Amino acid sequence: MKILGSLNGFHRIATSLAMAAMLAFGAQGVSAQEVAEATPSQQLETIDPAAAADVADPEAVAEGSGAYTPMKPTEGKGMPIPAGIDVQTQYSPIGHQANALHIGLVWVMALISLFVLALFVWVILKYNKRSNPVPSKTSHNTLIEVVWTVVPALILLGIAVPSIGLLSAQYKSPPKDAITVKAIGYQWYWGYAYPDNGDFEIVSNMLTKEEAEARGEPFQLAVDNRMVVPAGVPIRFQTTAADVIHSFAVPSLWFKLDAIPGRLNEKLLMIEEPGVYYGQCSELCGARHGYMPIAVEALPMDQYNAWVLAQGGTIAGADEAGIEADPAAVPLQDPESAAPGAPGAGAAPVDPTV
Amino acid sequence: MATTADSFQAHTDDHAHNHADHKPGFFARWFMSTNHKDIGTLYLIFAIIAGIIGGAISGIMRMELAEPGIQYLQWWAEFMGGTPDFDTSLHMWNVFITAHGLIMVFFMVMPAMIGGFGNWFVPLMIGAPDMAFPRMNNVSFWLTVAGFVSLLFSLFVPGGTGPGAGVGWTVYAPLSTTGSQGPAVDFAIFSLHLAGAGSILGATNFITTIFNMRAPGMTLHKMPLFVWSVLVTAFLLLLALPVLAAAITMLITDRNFGTTFFDPAGGGDPVLYQHLFWFFGHPEVYIMILPGFGMISQIVSTFSRKPVFGYLGMAYAMVAIGVVGFVVWAHHMYTVGLDVNTKMYFTAATMVIAVPTGVKIFSWIATMWGGSIEFKSPMVWAIGMIFLFTVGGVTGVYLANGGIDDVVHDTYFVVAHFHYVLSMGAVFSLFAGFYYWFPKMSGRMHSELLSHLHFWGFFIGVNVIFFPQHFLGLQGMPRRYPDYADAYTYWNEISSLGYTIMALSMVLFFVNIVYAFVAGKKAADNPWGEGATTLEWSLSSPPPFHQFETLPVIEDHHTAHDHMSEAKPATA
Repeated sequence: MKILGSLNGFHRIATSLAMAAMLAFGAQGVSAQEVAEATPSQQLETIDPAAAADVADPEAVAEGSGAYTPMKPTEGKGMPIPAGIDVQTQYSPIGHQANALHIGLVWVMALISLFVLALFVWVILKYNKRSNPVPSKTSHNTLIEVVWTVVPALILLGIAVPSIGLLSAQYKSPPKDAITVKAIGYQWYWGYAYPDNGDFEIVSNMLTKEEAEARGEPFQLAVDNRMVVPAGVPIRFQTTAADVIHSFAVPSLWFKLDAIPGRLNEKLLMIEEPGVYYGQCSELCGARHGYMPIAVEALPMDQYNAWVLAQGGTIAGADEAGIEADPAAVPLQDPESAAPGAPGAGAAPVDPTV
Repeated sequence: MATTADSFQAHTDDHAHNHADHKPGFFARWFMSTNHKDIGTLYLIFAIIAGIIGGAISGIMRMELAEPGIQYLQWWAEFMGGTPDFDTSLHMWNVFITAHGLIMVFFMVMPAMIGGFGNWFVPLMIGAPDMAFPRMNNVSFWLTVAGFVSLLFSLFVPGGTGPGAGVGWTVYAPLSTTGSQGPAVDFAIFSLHLAGAGSILGATNFITTIFNMRAPGMTLHKMPLFVWSVLVTAFLLLLALPVLAAAITMLITDRNFGTTFFDPAGGGDPVLYQHLFWFFGHPEVYIMILPGFGMISQIVSTFSRKPVFGYLGMAYAMVAIGVVGFVVWAHHMYTVGLDVNTKMYFTAATMVIAVPTGVKIFSWIATMWGGSIEFKSPMVWAIGMIFLFTVGGVTGVYLANGGIDDVVHDTYFVVAHFHYVLSMGAVFSLFAGFYYWFPKMSGRMHSELLSHLHFWGFFIGVNVIFFPQHFLGLQGMPRRYPDYADAYTYWNEISSLGYTIMALSMVLFFVNIVYAFVAGKKAADNPWGEGATTLEWSLSSPPPFHQFETLPVIEDHHTAHDHMSEAKPATA
C-alpha cells in the first residue's frame, strides 16, 4: 500500500511535469486550471449535503444517544508514532490530497539531491589532481546553461500545478448549514465555542502525566475536555485568540490555522471518521507554549448531538420536535476541567508536570 | 582620495622606514581603527566570540531536548537571577531560543560574512587602498558591539515571566508588546536597532567602495564574484533593514508610548507586524547566504585551477536572488489566514528562487568539471557546503508549497530546513572562507590535518543533529518546544548526540588556530597555487598595513576569459 501510494504521488508529479513541458512548448488547450481540476481535489464534492443536515435531525438524538464518555484514542491514530519518519496518517480529504503531493515532492527532493551527489562523486573521482593534472579552460557553454535554467523551471512548473490545485481545494467554503466551531487561544489553554449549538464554551487544559496515563492517553497531548465535532461532515472552523497569537494545528488532519487576537480566521475542517486526533499549539505564545495541546474528538452526528445537549447546548430544530436533553441520563462533560487542579477560563495556570 | 591622504601622511611621517607598514599604537589601532583589515579582524574575533555564546546556547537546548521532561531549565532560571519555578524555567527556554537566533543571525553570521571577510577582502580584490569611509567603518563595528551588549544585558533584566526576552527572534506582536512586561524586550529590540544601524552604515560603505574605488581596468564585469556577492548583499541590507527598524520602532512605541500599531483594541493588527518583519526577514536570509556563495565561487575556482564557469550567469543569478528575495516574504506566514490568491502568488514566487539557485549549484559543479581539483581544507568545506545547501534548498522548495506548509509550518521540519541552509550553507562557507584566507590574514599556515578532521566531525555532527529533525517535523513536533510527547524521544536523542560530535569538532578548530600561531609555517604570498588569481594573492601574507598605494592596473588577458584578468604586480 505504502509503495503504491509513493508511486502514485510520483506519478502525479511526473504527469504534471509532462503537462508543464507541453505548456512550455506551446501545446494548446491545457491550462493550469484544468490540470488543477483534474486532481482528486473533488473529494470534497463527495460530502453528502444531507449528512450536514443531520444537525437539524433531532430524531438522531432521540434514538439511543446515551451518555457521553470520552472516546479511547487508537494507538498510532491521530498522534505521532515513536521514531516515525513520515507525516502522520491522514484522516481528512485535504490530508489525502496533500499527502499525495507530499510523496511526490519527497521523490523530487530525493532524486535532485542524489543527482547532485552523483555529479559530485563523478567530478571528485574524475577531475582530481592525480587523474586530471591539466585543467581545462572551459568557462562557457550556452547550451548547458540554458538547459540547467529551463529544466529546473519545468520541474517547478510541474510541482506548481498540483500545488495550486491543493491550495484551491483547501479554500473551499463550508456549506451554508455547516456547524460552526470556534477555537479560542488563551495563555495557555484552548477554549472551544459552539455558536450554532447555543454558544456554550468548553475549556480545554492539558492533563497531568498521572491523569493522562490513567486515561490511557499520550502525555502532553491529552486534555481534560476535548473539542468534540461531528465526523464525516464539513465543519466551519474558526480561530481567534484572547491574548497573544496561538496556532491551532492537528497534523493528522493536515490542518493548521493561526489564532490571532482581533481576527477571525475561518477554514473548512472535515474529518472522515470518528476518532481522537491530537495536535499542539504551533505559534510561540509565551512560557507554556509547549503545554497547551489540542485534542479533537470526532463523533457520529447522533453522538455529537447527544454531547451538545449534555453540555447544555441546543440543536437547531430540536424544540419543534419536543426533544430535550435528559440531564440525569447524560453526564456533563466537566464544564471547567476534569483534571484536579486544572484552571478554568481566566484562572491562573498550574504546573501540569507536578 | 584615500591615496592622497596616504601620500600626505607619508610626507609628515619621517620615522617610518616603510610607511605602508606603519601601524598606530595598540589602543589607537584596535579601538579607533580606520583600517579595513584591522576592522575585518575585529569583526571576525567578535563573530567567533558571539558564535561561541550562540553555539553554547544551542548546546543547552539540545541537552534539554535529549529526553522528554524539563531537566535543566530550573537551574538556568536560578542562574540567570530568576526563581526556579515552573513558568520561569519555561520562560528561560524562550529566552534561549530568542538569544540563539538573534546572536547567530545578527552577531555571528552577518558580522563574519560582511564585516569580517567583506571588510578584509573587498578592498583587496578590487585593488583599493581601503574602504571609502574608513571612520564610518569603525562606527559600524562598534555599533554592532553595542548591539550585542544590549542583547546580553536584556538576559539579566525582567522580561515578563522571568529574566530575558522570550519572544523568539521574530519578536511577534502581541507577545512582544502586551505579552511581555519588563525592560528585557526593550533592550533586545534596541539591540536590533544598534546592529541594524551598524549594518546600514556598513552597506553604504560597501556600495560606495565597490562603485567608486575599483582599480583602473577593474570593470564591474571583471570583479571577483565575492565582490559581486557583497555588492548585492549591501543593497539588500540597505533596502531591508530600514523596514525592520520601522517595525521594531513601532513595537517600542506600542510597548511604551501607548500606540496601537499592532493592537486590535486600538485598530491595529498583529499580522501587520509579521508583514513588516518578513519584508525584512526574507531578504535577511539571503543577506546571510549570498557572501557565502561568493566565497564558494572563489574557492571552487581556485582549487579546481579553472576559471568560474558561467561568470555572468553566476553574478546575475545573485542579483536575481536578491530581487526575487524581496517579493516572497509571506511564505513565512502561510497560516495567518492569507486569502487564496495571496497564498498562490507567494507559492509561485517562492519557487522561482530555486531557478537562480540551481544555476549557481550547477555552475559550481561545472567549474569543477574538467578541473584539476586539489582537496585542500577550503575545498572540502566548499564541496560540503554545496551539497548540504542543495539538501536545504530542496526542502525549501517543499516548504514553498502553501498547501503542504499547513502540516510542517512551525515544526521541526522548518528548523531542519533553515539549519541546512544556514548552519550548513552559511557556516560551512564561513569555515571554507576562514581556511582559504587565514594564511593571507595571519601570515601563518593552519594544519591541513586538523582542518580536515574538523570538517569530518562537523559534517557528520550537523547532519546527525539536523537530518532527524525533518522526521520530527513531519511527525508534527512543533518548534520552540522545551518538552515533547514520548513519541518524539527517539530522534531527539539522536539529534542531541549529533550536537556532541559537532561540539568536539569545534575543539579542533580552536586547536588549529592556536597551532597556526604557535607552530604554523609562514604562509607564502600565494599558498594555493596558480588557481588563486584574485588580487589579494598578489600581496604579501599578511598584506602590508596599507596596500595599493599605487593602484594596480587590470589588463584584459585576451587569451583567457574576462574574469581571468591578471593584475600587474602591485606596489605596496
